[in-house]
Amino acid sequence: MKYQEYTVSPHNFEECTKCTVCTVYCPVLEVNPLYPGPKQAGPDGERLRLKDPAFFDAALKYCLNCKRCEVACPSGVKVADLIQSARLKYDHSPIKLRDRILASTDFMGKMVRPIAPVANLVTGMGVTKTALDAILAIDRHRSFPKYSGRSFEFWLNRQRKEQAAFPQQVAYFHGCYVNYNYPQLGKDLVKVLNALGVGVQLLDKEKCCGIALITNKMTKEATAHATHNVAVLEKAVEKGLKIVTTSSTCTLTLRDEYPELLGVDNSAVRDSVLLASRFIYEKLEQGAALPFRKDFHKKIAYHTPCHMEKLGWGVFSEKLLRMIPGVEFTLLDSACCGIAGTYGFKKENYKTSQAIGEPLFENIRTVNPDVVACDCETCKWQIEMSTGYPVQNPISILADALE
Amino acid sequence: MRFDTVIIGGGLTGLVAGIRLQKAGQNTAIVSSGQNALHFFSGSFESFGEPTRELADLFSEAGIHLHYKEGVRLMPMGTFRPSALSLEDISLFPKPQFGKKVLLVNIVGYHDFFSSFIAQGLEEAGMDVRIRFLNLTEMGIKAPGEMRSVQLARTLDRNWEKVVQEVRLLLKDDDTVILPQVFGLQDASIPGRIRQSLPAQVVFAGTLPPSVPGIRTLHLLKHRYGVLGGTYLMGDEVVQAHLYEGVVHSVVTKNLGQHYLEAGTFILATGSFFSKGLSSTPEKVYEPIFGADVSFLPDRNGWYNPSFAEKQPYIGFGVCTDGDLRVLKDGAPLSNLYAAGSILGATHPELGTGAGMCLRSALKAADSILSGPVPSHSDNSPCHSDNSPCHSEQSEESVESQA
Ligand SMILES: Cc1cc2nc3c(=O)[nH]c(=O)nc-3n(C[C@H](O)[C@H](O)[C@H](O)COP(=O)(O)OP(=O)(O)OC[C@H]3O[C@@H](n4cnc5c(N)ncnc54)[C@H](O)[C@@H]3O)c2cc1C
Ligand code: SF4
Ligand code: SF4
Repeated sequence: MKYQEYTVSPHNFEECTKCTVCTVYCPVLEVNPLYPGPKQAGPDGERLRLKDPAFFDAALKYCLNCKRCEVACPSGVKVADLIQSARLKYDHSPIKLRDRILASTDFMGKMVRPIAPVANLVTGMGVTKTALDAILAIDRHRSFPKYSGRSFEFWLNRQRKEQAAFPQQVAYFHGCYVNYNYPQLGKDLVKVLNALGVGVQLLDKEKCCGIALITNKMTKEATAHATHNVAVLEKAVEKGLKIVTTSSTCTLTLRDEYPELLGVDNSAVRDSVLLASRFIYEKLEQGAALPFRKDFHKKIAYHTPCHMEKLGWGVFSEKLLRMIPGVEFTLLDSACCGIAGTYGFKKENYKTSQAIGEPLFENIRTVNPDVVACDCETCKWQIEMSTGYPVQNPISILADALE
Repeated sequence: MRFDTVIIGGGLTGLVAGIRLQKAGQNTAIVSSGQNALHFFSGSFESFGEPTRELADLFSEAGIHLHYKEGVRLMPMGTFRPSALSLEDISLFPKPQFGKKVLLVNIVGYHDFFSSFIAQGLEEAGMDVRIRFLNLTEMGIKAPGEMRSVQLARTLDRNWEKVVQEVRLLLKDDDTVILPQVFGLQDASIPGRIRQSLPAQVVFAGTLPPSVPGIRTLHLLKHRYGVLGGTYLMGDEVVQAHLYEGVVHSVVTKNLGQHYLEAGTFILATGSFFSKGLSSTPEKVYEPIFGADVSFLPDRNGWYNPSFAEKQPYIGFGVCTDGDLRVLKDGAPLSNLYAAGSILGATHPELGTGAGMCLRSALKAADSILSGPVPSHSDNSPCHSDNSPCHSEQSEESVESQA
């Protein structure tokens, strides 16, 4: 009878005891009556879909892929993975042009970066926003992330020699956001790591992690990205390098979405992919020290992004921030901000997106911090747009606090 | 990462022990792989006597008000059960006949509140019952998409005054109003305010899970633990322990991998079968993390009672400890690992069963820890249960004993 112990159903769906706990924590279920919720969309629906794919419910597209249901499930059911897999497998509706554009973060970055000032001007203009809203159904309330004139890769490449001189080396998976929109975060990371005696290298041509391709069900493209990235990560790991990241979502995608959703084997690199805050915390724990300024004062409220909650590494960012002399720290109640990557950009989701985020925004207004800290770039856009408070990655705050 | 105490399991037991230790100045962490049994909590702490000052303070500082009265409470299916220590929401009566004329209020579209069963029970106890339904839409309240207790409570917490108004219209000469337990999810004062606003005795009756008062209790305890500086690692699972000569040095978690959690003492509060604190194969019942000794009936046929409603022997199985609640492994106590809560099963009849036992053992384990390590190998009173002998495991795979 031993087989019982070794039989595992896909995404553990047979472990579901129908306890309803996941339904308590789904942010969409709370605000969108069209969404069936994690239990029905996940393990309940899977039983039906296995019988007949016709049971696939198009409303699964409302799932944010926030993974809060998985974090809550006492039985280890990978509820969100079940839902995303079902979308990849059964949803054959044509992919909208708008979704293709939103999902192609690195392609857009490459195309737009050289004309950044114009592009920023154009996407920021009322007329353009109205046009995007009308033609592509990208909600007019959204501000597009600004494009930077020089990419981060360009900047780091110019100081390859200096970086190579440091006794310890890491490779940095910077992601599209740092490369095209906000190189400053990458520069901040380099500053902090250099202060710890660690030099930073680029990978051998990383591609976008592909999370937006996955959630917009562009499976083929996503799998191509995953295969490419795992290969370049393997190259770095073979050289004995750890890979650091500054985005919780890229990290989760590289570590967990590749094998779970795309079936791409990343076992040779998974344990080497570390969020920078974890890498830095571990260095400090081993006795390294950072030269902190004496005159630093900041009231910081930390928001745990959904994918950070799933990774379970928020504790490293939290402990690092608490370590900075002069920081007054508040941990915000864990709640979804509502943007979920490209989800909140879509016109049909705008209202849901804002309603989901409201409890978090309210919490931030009550705490009234100088800055909100969080490790996710899309949360940053959402929180800044919705509350007016500035949002910084913990690594940037750390860099500011250094001499 | 190092703590004074690491608590495995973040349900009622883990949180109460954690709060007690933080209050005493310890730096603790709780690791919890999923949500817990408070999602099914009736609101009554079974088998706890009159609360000590310490316990009442611990709860009231968290914003949870307990009351104590020996009596009976109304169950979700219309039966009665002896109860004493309870949350304020729960009405305790000297005898089942707690009124003469009862207005039982249900909600249109809500299928998790069994008003006709309850009515039948009350009639058998000698009361006159009228069932009436509230129609939220007609009352100008937008009903939630998913009609479950928690979603309903989120809506009704904003609209409880409208409910009071409507119930007033329904009231005739009734002396008692029964409402489903779907009030006060975020604001614990709402049930009390409803009671004050109606000219009859108000009783809140249990619904199908998730339990609104249970979830509120969980959030308040968790919040309090955070305010006291505790670190709560949600959604992470302890998968392995490092032991050396009867001492636990560190534990390994799924999310943190190579980053071990070290501590001077550990508490095992992983719950019973539902929470996977205990597991079974066709041959045996075991504790998955430490391979601790477990008391269970050797004959599998004796584990269950075929009649669902009867007492089920397996509920009594639990981890064996010494008198200070230190966990036994191979017959001898591990000097810095304590067990508390429902993982003890009924192996300690003097602690009782249910949530009362969880409270008592949580405080006892915390006090044992605070009064310092007193390894008293003579004080081995393994397993108090008469019919379920203790079973030692040869070192489980998950335990890595260092040479
Ligand atoms: C459905 C149900 C209803 C109940 N209702 C009542 C009631 O109304 N009144 C009453 O008095 N008692 C009730 N009980 C009894 C119950 O045991 C207690 O009420 C109490 O809530 C149990 O608390 P606990 O913290 O010991 O365990 P749990 O609440 O079960 O918590 C254990 C936690 O440990 C986590 N965990 C398990 N393994 C690991 C691991 N390896 N690593 C990390 N975390 C882990 C689990 O995910 C879970 O969150 C009920 C029990 C159940 C199952
Ligand atoms: S929480 Fe897990 S076990 Fe419970 S209903 Fe949801 S998926 Fe099933
Ligand atoms: S992933 Fe998030 S949005 Fe999707 S079902 Fe789970 S909790 Fe709901």
